[in-house]
Amino acid sequence: MELLAFISMFEGYTGEEIRAIFIMQGFSGLSMFSVFLLMALGLAIIFGQMKVINMAHGEFLTIGAYTTVFISDWAVESAPGFLPYYFPFAMLAAFGVAFLMGYLVEIGFIRFLYKRPLDTLLATWGLSMILQQIFRLTFGAREDSAVMPDWLMGSWAASDMVDIPINGMFLLGTSIFMTVLVWLLMARSRWGLRVRATVQNREMAAATGINTKRTDRMTFALGCGIAGIAGAAFTTIGSVSPSAGSLYIVDTFIVVVFGGAGSLIGTILAAFSIAQAQSILEFFLDGVLAKVFILLTVVGILMLRPQGLVVSKIRKP
Amino acid sequence: MLVLAALLLIIFPIFLDTFRLNLMGRYLSLAFVAIALVLCWGYGGILSLGQGVFWGLGGYCMAAFLKLEAARNIANEAGTDQINALTTVGLPDFMDWNQITELPWFWYPFKNFPLTLALMFLIPTVLAYIIGVAMFKRRVSGVYFAIITQALCWIMELLFVTRQGWTGGINGITDLRTLLGWDFMNGEHWTGQRLVYFITVIMIGVCIILGRLILTSKLGKLLVALRDTEDRVRFSGYDVASFKTFIFCIAAAMSALGGGLFVMNVGFMSPKLVTIEPSIYMVIFCAVGGRMSLIGAVYGTLVVSYGRTYFSEQFPELWLFALGGVFILVTVIFPKGLAGIVESATPWLGKVFSKTGEQQGSQPPAEAVGT
Repeated sequence: MELLAFISMFEGYTGEEIRAIFIMQGFSGLSMFSVFLLMALGLAIIFGQMKVINMAHGEFLTIGAYTTVFISDWAVESAPGFLPYYFPFAMLAAFGVAFLMGYLVEIGFIRFLYKRPLDTLLATWGLSMILQQIFRLTFGAREDSAVMPDWLMGSWAASDMVDIPINGMFLLGTSIFMTVLVWLLMARSRWGLRVRATVQNREMAAATGINTKRTDRMTFALGCGIAGIAGAAFTTIGSVSPSAGSLYIVDTFIVVVFGGAGSLIGTILAAFSIAQAQSILEFFLDGVLAKVFILLTVVGILMLRPQGLVVSKIRKP
Repeated sequence: MLVLAALLLIIFPIFLDTFRLNLMGRYLSLAFVAIALVLCWGYGGILSLGQGVFWGLGGYCMAAFLKLEAARNIANEAGTDQINALTTVGLPDFMDWNQITELPWFWYPFKNFPLTLALMFLIPTVLAYIIGVAMFKRRVSGVYFAIITQALCWIMELLFVTRQGWTGGINGITDLRTLLGWDFMNGEHWTGQRLVYFITVIMIGVCIILGRLILTSKLGKLLVALRDTEDRVRFSGYDVASFKTFIFCIAAAMSALGGGLFVMNVGFMSPKLVTIEPSIYMVIFCAVGGRMSLIGAVYGTLVVSYGRTYFSEQFPELWLFALGGVFILVTVIFPKGLAGIVESATPWLGKVFSKTGEQQGSQPPAEAVGT
């Protein structure tokens, strides 16, 4: 029955309509792709490089989102003139707060668990519970949203049938910008070199004078900071609630694992294919069925290619 | 083992009223999964974040049988007065609400009790076998296995919630009272709920003994070996994938038994119990009790579950802080859980508590757990 629904889903649409649907759904898929990619960037660093399974990653996103909401509320109340320009500053602040939290968490307990990756899963799950409860007690259980500057509102009419919202484009731009930045940082900077050296062979890296503990700490904090930026960007398309981050965490892990941990290209490919498939199937099937199809496909592909889509050719120590 | 048996068989039934005892029975039906996780995670190194799937499937099988019986009872009571029977004769009420007029074909086997019992074990075990063969033959392990089982958990939840006419949707399968005419939800002295409690305790004992047999056998030693250095076992000529699949299937069957008993303890089954979160709770039960101790797993389940009930009644706002703190504390400071604490505090008592295999692998070496 389901298979029939799948085959006959194109019936009753003209060719032009189908094209418009594909473009519109494709674009909303791009928004989803941007969210996945932004979240997965931080995870790809923390999980891909350090093998730490950060189940609290979604909560770092929420921290970034709440920081943005906080600054926007402040701008509305005491500095209305600042309102059109606050967003870039909010993003920086979101990065800063999440970075600092990540730094403290690493000192607090992550550093004891580097040799037991599966245990980081349990500990960070505990952390995510604590953080969610802190959000709930501080901001209340209801949903908050940031006031958007005018330039982020409205949409751009590409043709009669196709309407593309500006905030979606902004989100896409942010995620592309961040991806390039992360790539430059990991592949082209001294610091990225130190991270890669530490990951490949800790003792050897330490022997060449790299402070591996400091590198670990900064890497973890950086991953969290990127999640914070994702959170700030996230406020342009949705509202924030204490459990907002946990909605995406499983998806994001699947994206990172599917792409091949540690591979930036793989992460992009995985985020893109999952988001597009979800968005386009969602229009024709019901959303849940689309999700089930995609999860099953991903699991199936992972069985055939356990290392993920793109294997990073780094020698394991 | 003796202490636990005395506690569960004598002390609890004497000092707890039926309501509290039933609560314990509820917790104990989760302990089956914790014991299963000791076998496959603590010893086998296979962390399944979707163990709730097997537990839930077992529960749903049992619930399906009981629901059909409940539907028959309603039909019988109505007798000739079918109009007042509220539902189509012999059809579970939720199907009626979802405009399903005929029993779906896959519900037919659950009309028969022995068949239901067989399916309760078979369905989860076969699923575990398929997953196991597909994953372990391809050498998917560690984190990747965990994430994939989590995805499976999610798939199951989505399917069970949205296919309302077949599964009862978000409400699940409710109003289960009798098993083959025996009113197990009856709260009177020695009937119903109390008896279900004792059955649960005895089954826990069976599972612990079975677990011990496995762990003390050659298979148990092999499990520890492949957890610690899988490649070395493989190069010695063992078929690692088959061993892993085997222990994963045993764990699935054990979990399914827990699910079935849970339905008997509470009288319903719902998809909220098979989401990702309960599955992680189950891992926590096992971690808190001590991932290397079968008996510790039972204690871990009781302590965390009772703590959850007590704290969330008394200090609802603090509860999540306490639980989160326990997660972090246990993993960072007491990776061997309660069993480890008891063992180090009183060496001789520790030996009494858990004799199994502690000598070979006190603590899973780092790389083995992760790779």
